[in-house]
Amino acid sequence: MKFPSPHEIKDIPGTEGWERMYPYQYKFSTDDPERKAHEEESFWFYDGLHYPEPLYPFDTIWDEAWYLALSQFNNRIFQIPPVRGVDHRIINGYVYISPVAVKDPEEIGRRVPNFMERAGYYYKNWDALEAKWKVKTEATIKELEELQIPHLPELEELSVVTDAVGESKGYHLIKAYDDLINLGIKCWQYHFEFLNLGYAAYVFFLDFVQKQFPSIPQQRVTQMISGIDVIMFRSDDELKKLAKKAIDLGVDEAITSSQEWLEVTAAVKALPNGQEWLACHEEARYPWFYISSGTGWSHKDRSWNDDLNIPLMGIATYIKKLKEGVDIERPLEQIRAERDRITAEYRDLIESEEDRKTFDELLSTSRTVFPYVENHLFYIEHWFHSVFWGKIREVAAIMKEHGLIEDIEDIWYLRRDEIKQGLWDVVTAWATGVKPRGTSVWPPEIAWRKGVMEKFHAWSAPAALGTAPEVIQEPFTIVLWGVTNNSLADWAAVQDVSDPDSITELKGFAASPGIVEGRARVCRSANEIRDLQEGEILVSPTTSPSWAPAFAKIKACVTDVGGVMSHAAIVCREYGLPAIVGTGHATKIIKTGMKLRIDGSSGIVTIER
Amino acid sequence: MDSIAENSASNELPLVCWLEDCRKDSIPLVGGKCSSLGELINAGIRVPPGFAVTTEGYRRFMAKAGVGREIQSLLNGLDIQNMNNLEEVSETIREMIENLTFSTEMEDLIAEHYRKLSVRCCLPATPVAVRSSATAEDLPGASFAGQQDTYLWIRGTDEVLHHIRRCISSLYTGRAIAYRANQNFDDEHMAISVGVQKMANSFTSGVMFTLNPANGDRSLIVIDSNFGFGESVVSGEVTPDNFVVNKVTLDILERTISKKELYYTVDTKTQTSQAIELPPERQQVQSLVDDEITALAWMGKKIEKHYGRPMDIEWAVDKDLPIGGNIFILQARPETVWSDKEKPVTTDAGATAMDYILSSMLRGKKLM
Repeated sequence: MKFPSPHEIKDIPGTEGWERMYPYQYKFSTDDPERKAHEEESFWFYDGLHYPEPLYPFDTIWDEAWYLALSQFNNRIFQIPPVRGVDHRIINGYVYISPVAVKDPEEIGRRVPNFMERAGYYYKNWDALEAKWKVKTEATIKELEELQIPHLPELEELSVVTDAVGESKGYHLIKAYDDLINLGIKCWQYHFEFLNLGYAAYVFFLDFVQKQFPSIPQQRVTQMISGIDVIMFRSDDELKKLAKKAIDLGVDEAITSSQEWLEVTAAVKALPNGQEWLACHEEARYPWFYISSGTGWSHKDRSWNDDLNIPLMGIATYIKKLKEGVDIERPLEQIRAERDRITAEYRDLIESEEDRKTFDELLSTSRTVFPYVENHLFYIEHWFHSVFWGKIREVAAIMKEHGLIEDIEDIWYLRRDEIKQGLWDVVTAWATGVKPRGTSVWPPEIAWRKGVMEKFHAWSAPAALGTAPEVIQEPFTIVLWGVTNNSLADWAAVQDVSDPDSITELKGFAASPGIVEGRARVCRSANEIRDLQEGEILVSPTTSPSWAPAFAKIKACVTDVGGVMSHAAIVCREYGLPAIVGTGHATKIIKTGMKLRIDGSSGIVTIER
Repeated sequence: MDSIAENSASNELPLVCWLEDCRKDSIPLVGGKCSSLGELINAGIRVPPGFAVTTEGYRRFMAKAGVGREIQSLLNGLDIQNMNNLEEVSETIREMIENLTFSTEMEDLIAEHYRKLSVRCCLPATPVAVRSSATAEDLPGASFAGQQDTYLWIRGTDEVLHHIRRCISSLYTGRAIAYRANQNFDDEHMAISVGVQKMANSFTSGVMFTLNPANGDRSLIVIDSNFGFGESVVSGEVTPDNFVVNKVTLDILERTISKKELYYTVDTKTQTSQAIELPPERQQVQSLVDDEITALAWMGKKIEKHYGRPMDIEWAVDKDLPIGGNIFILQARPETVWSDKEKPVTTDAGATAMDYILSSMLRGKKLM
């Protein structure tokens, strides 16, 4: 399959020079023949799962963090035999990635013993190592939470002299910024400690079962590892608890009286049991409201703690359901019973004793790795990131104070090394008592970058570039982005249609079974889920745990990106709702109010025109 | 339900018995077809009700009539190479058998069973299919018993008796005589049973495999269906509708609705089934509704479980009976194409999860 060459993609007029917004190594380039050939021969696909929007210069931090972490664990730590790392590029603000294969069979052979020893150690000691991971990660988050971003005083405190500190706030500010960045990079090191192996176990369990049963829907395989308690549901469970508590304490009507948290707080406070409920609410917030309204990858993804109106909406929905006598718990027992039945039936259909044994082993490994594969998201992407974005905003406030940026949210238009440079400008100017040079450098540059980002937004990123290989061996590539021949061909087919209004059928991954019909509600962000009406079909770019309250209202879910292990897929299976994920373009083609038919068993969305 | 052996306390074998009293091990008494139907009923599968004239009934009939010796003398000295002669003798014997009368006891037994069957079907003189049920051990080469000895849409006691005799006489087609002579098969040890079963008045019918015949995937059930009797599907005269069902969850995974130009229905005058063109507006209508597909697949799963192997099944949805009780299994045979294949084992003996993960990584995931 042939996609456009990465070197053929033209700059959008008016954005020339955009490359300086990103690290230089992210550019597709033609001046080095070796690099040019590598780029042309590789298969690059747009990582829409993590970057549904063009990347802001500062947000590139997480892309660099995982560029390093995923690749090092694949290639330098566990040495996955046939694949090195995953290479990255940016084109017009969009991130393209490409798994790098080991081509020499002899080299692959040399890598095998290392892999067996090292990965084997992790699989064997998974639970004990995962417990250590939790300690490390929580300590890193604690360090982040305690990190102080100092303001630059007119005159240092006297104690600096009397305690003979020997350091200034200027130095502390530079150091705090470095620490902040380093903590972020460290957390991302941990992020991939288990993830590569976790996905590998899962991918090849899936692969094994598909060999036994060529036509088994992927969702049946994932169903075999469902019903395991993961942290992902905890935040949502806290909302349910708060809803019940509100009814018990008689404050429920005050909570449903407004969609504004401030008004609700005032109303609840006035009630006899109001303080008790507010105390429960406060307790639930740390850490469970550190849940991002998006994937957590973008600074725009604010957590519930940043906007208490979002969890309020969830609590209100659950109060309403409870009062209607609806059971709001996930039917876990039922899910487990069905999981066990399905697993046993498929197992019985396997003909040979050896294959049944392998099935048991792979299933048990998959179930062991599953909680990590889900839980790391809460620790890193949600909890750590939510606190992190807040700290960067504190840094931004200082830069604004010193005139380098006009608005706190302008900081995202700067690369993290430019911020470091800017802070040096600030502290040296502060120390010297002069005006920072950056006050006349950054505001115009930021204004220009804002224009570029707008043009990036309007650009439609091609799904893939370069040359598709025959096989893909990199576990992440297979699971997360669901890159298969079929999905790419389907995406390409939709792109070829000149009139998107004529499309009546979209194909995606059958992620959760069931057939329903209903009206579409297109929600591009978590804030928009407040528009959702009971019984609508949610159509979104992707979903994350903070969207949880939406699932109590909807009939089915369709997403643009994601595989059968994506958030929407897992949640829908747990709630017994049909889901189709990875359709490529659903939010572009479907409009709110359209009548849809969702077949979660075949992965087909039918649009009634 | 008691089986036949337990029923006949005094060592005396029954002359006629209900299908539900037949079991797997009843083949010597009621032949393969009837014992398999009995087996299905006892596994809880809905099969059109009916009864069997047993091999004992057959022997009694032949003995009472005393035609044995006469047949022997006709067969003695017969030159089976001489086709004209062979057909002439065959015709004489068959006519002889068809003109014999049953003993009063036998006649009463058959008539009584037929009457009870009609009551069960809520029809006065229910139409039945009368067909021979060969005892496979005695008659190697299944084709031997002939395929034409199935008589459909038979009504009334006299007609039933007549067609039972015709089934018996089918043992003496020219082809059958020649075959036995070639095999040096002793006619005295030969026996046949005749099944009498309510005609399924098929609104829709077809076949079902409890695996995917395309790739042997045992987690699937594949159903072919068309309106009317199953002939159109079995013979391949039409492209039937095709449904693929997940065996474990009973989800319908695929529906392929074909253009079905004809179907088979009964011509009540001639009592034969005949092909009729489907009205254009029905040609592309799904011939089996989703609920029926699921119910049928559920039965298929149950049949497979009972036999412990993938099965090839003929089925029908009856027009006369209400929804919920209208799907019948007509026949179930073990699937042979995939089941007899040597299966490649996916993993090496003693492979651990690690080994599998490694070897799979080395192979990679095919993209093209």
